[in-house]
Amino acid sequence: MAAYILRRFVSTIAVMAMVGIFIFLLLRLARGDPAAMIAGRNAAPQLIASIREHLGLNDPMPVQFMRWVRDMLGGDFGTSIFAGRPVLDLISQRLEPTLSLSILTMILSVSVGVSFGILAAWRSGGLLDRLLAAFSAVGYSVPVFVIGYFLIYFFAIRTHWLPVQGYIPLNQGLGPWFVHLILPTVALGLGYIAFIARVTRASMLEVLSEDYMRTAAAKGASSYAMLFHHALKNAGVPILTVIGISFAYLIGGVVLTETVFNIPGIGRLVVDAINNRDYPIIQSVLILTSGLYVLINLTVDLAYTLIDPRIRY
Amino acid sequence: MQMHQTAGNDVLLDVRDLETHFYGEESVTRALSGISFQVKKGETLGVVGESGCGKSVTALSILRLLPKLTARTVGGEARLHGRDLLKLSHREMRKIRGNQIAMIFQEPMTSLNPVYTVGHQIAEAVQIHTKVSRTVAMAKAEEMLRLVRIADPERRVCNYPHEMSGGMRQRAMIAMALACSPELLIADEPTTALDVTIQAQILRLIVDLKARTGTAVMFITHDLGVVAETCQRVIVMYAGRIVEQANVIDLFARPAHPYTQGLMRSVPDPRRGRQRRLPEIPGIVPNLREPNVGCSFAPRCPFAIDICREKTPILRDVGPSHAAACWRAEEVMGA
Repeated sequence: MAAYILRRFVSTIAVMAMVGIFIFLLLRLARGDPAAMIAGRNAAPQLIASIREHLGLNDPMPVQFMRWVRDMLGGDFGTSIFAGRPVLDLISQRLEPTLSLSILTMILSVSVGVSFGILAAWRSGGLLDRLLAAFSAVGYSVPVFVIGYFLIYFFAIRTHWLPVQGYIPLNQGLGPWFVHLILPTVALGLGYIAFIARVTRASMLEVLSEDYMRTAAAKGASSYAMLFHHALKNAGVPILTVIGISFAYLIGGVVLTETVFNIPGIGRLVVDAINNRDYPIIQSVLILTSGLYVLINLTVDLAYTLIDPRIRY
Repeated sequence: MQMHQTAGNDVLLDVRDLETHFYGEESVTRALSGISFQVKKGETLGVVGESGCGKSVTALSILRLLPKLTARTVGGEARLHGRDLLKLSHREMRKIRGNQIAMIFQEPMTSLNPVYTVGHQIAEAVQIHTKVSRTVAMAKAEEMLRLVRIADPERRVCNYPHEMSGGMRQRAMIAMALACSPELLIADEPTTALDVTIQAQILRLIVDLKARTGTAVMFITHDLGVVAETCQRVIVMYAGRIVEQANVIDLFARPAHPYTQGLMRSVPDPRRGRQRRLPEIPGIVPNLREPNVGCSFAPRCPFAIDICREKTPILRDVGPSHAAACWRAEEVMGA
């Protein structure tokens, strides 16, 4: 087990190196010159040249790359070209809204999605199962921004039950923070609920027809024990896998949701940075989210061993 | 007087006219068309017949463990101490399962839950039916593993099913089934999936435990050798009906149904050495989706005459505690 974790960490380094090179090249090869953007329209060529020199954009690419990697390992993610402030500061300022949205969305999607899936499998072919099928189709196919504006229209503009948009930091009160996050969480979560529920249902259906379920019934286990004790743990591996995948995709969904609901999170930071060609921010956010993605994958793989004793590394 | 009407105090389970149907896309399969038999306290009853004759369906119907969507017991009763199991609420039925009637299955490899330890699964059976602590239940699990002669039980309780062999898993299944001292143990082909040497061990174990605990056993098998070794009484099933029931001695001495005779002839006899060719019963099992007229064995039966194809024979006495559903039982016994 320890050897496996070590091996995984080593391979993580390789993966991150590849990701780093890719991100670095992607931005360098894209059109547009950040120096020209900083200097503004109609700037003198000399000014642009000096800005380029100052930013080190004239150095050979491998030199730029090594410098970037070295700085990052030292905890320096660079300075925003536009804001002129350390990227890490900018990111940490935007972290709370994004984390709040992501974590609430995951809690909602996993709890509702898994419960729905279990109930649909238990009463497969029944009303709930068919409702779920219909709901899944909607959840899958309607994008976040459409659902988001629908929710805003009905629950904020028409009924005034919930705020239209915006974000209230946690230190200004749990209530306002939560109320502002309800609509974004639901809008972002619907797709994941549908996804997780479908996979849970399929996985549970398979398990429910296993011989050991009949054994459990034969010893007098209740329906509850059958579903949650005997079946769910066996159905757990695929469910855990999709939860991991969902969490990874969440990073993309957050960008859209933050835009729709005007939440000042990482997603908005990145969108603005892309518009401004603010390389250090784009690079840093990409590399950090990639790292997070790899970490989630590793966690999921290790979590398999907790639910299935036959999986050993 | 028919055998199944002699309901005395020693009757544990009294099954009457049990009828179970399976529902397909467009057709109904009559898996059981009116099964009546009794299991007496402490006896071992063999249920024999070839695949698909309704042996397992009988057991699953009694315990109400049939797949909900595709199968239903549409008629009859199954009285345990006079209480009709088919009329109990789900909650009452759960109190019967694993407690008064326990069951072990054919496939030890897949019948245990792979993500829980064997000890946990035995302890669960104990805790469902008795109010005891986890520690007491685990101690009971260990005791049960010792009872079914698993070596090193204090270590084995912590094993997962995949860490055990097939024979050991079937022992663990037996331990789980007997954990609450059931009055009736239904063993559905418990040795079929095992190696021959392990089969003999498991059979001996069941016979021994039965003698020690006094539980009644309903032994479902297609193996007449197993029946001869373990059972006192036998019912022979064919196409969803009981075609013969008798003492094991009477059955082997004078089978009264041509199907039973056919089954016995097709058992290889090692004493006779290498045989030219094992006799078989010609033809195939009837399709239970189509309503049948007459005796369902008639198309395969060497004794069949006109009446066999026209009227369905009912189970009738052909000797003391010996009944057969055959119009020509007397001739068959004399043959």
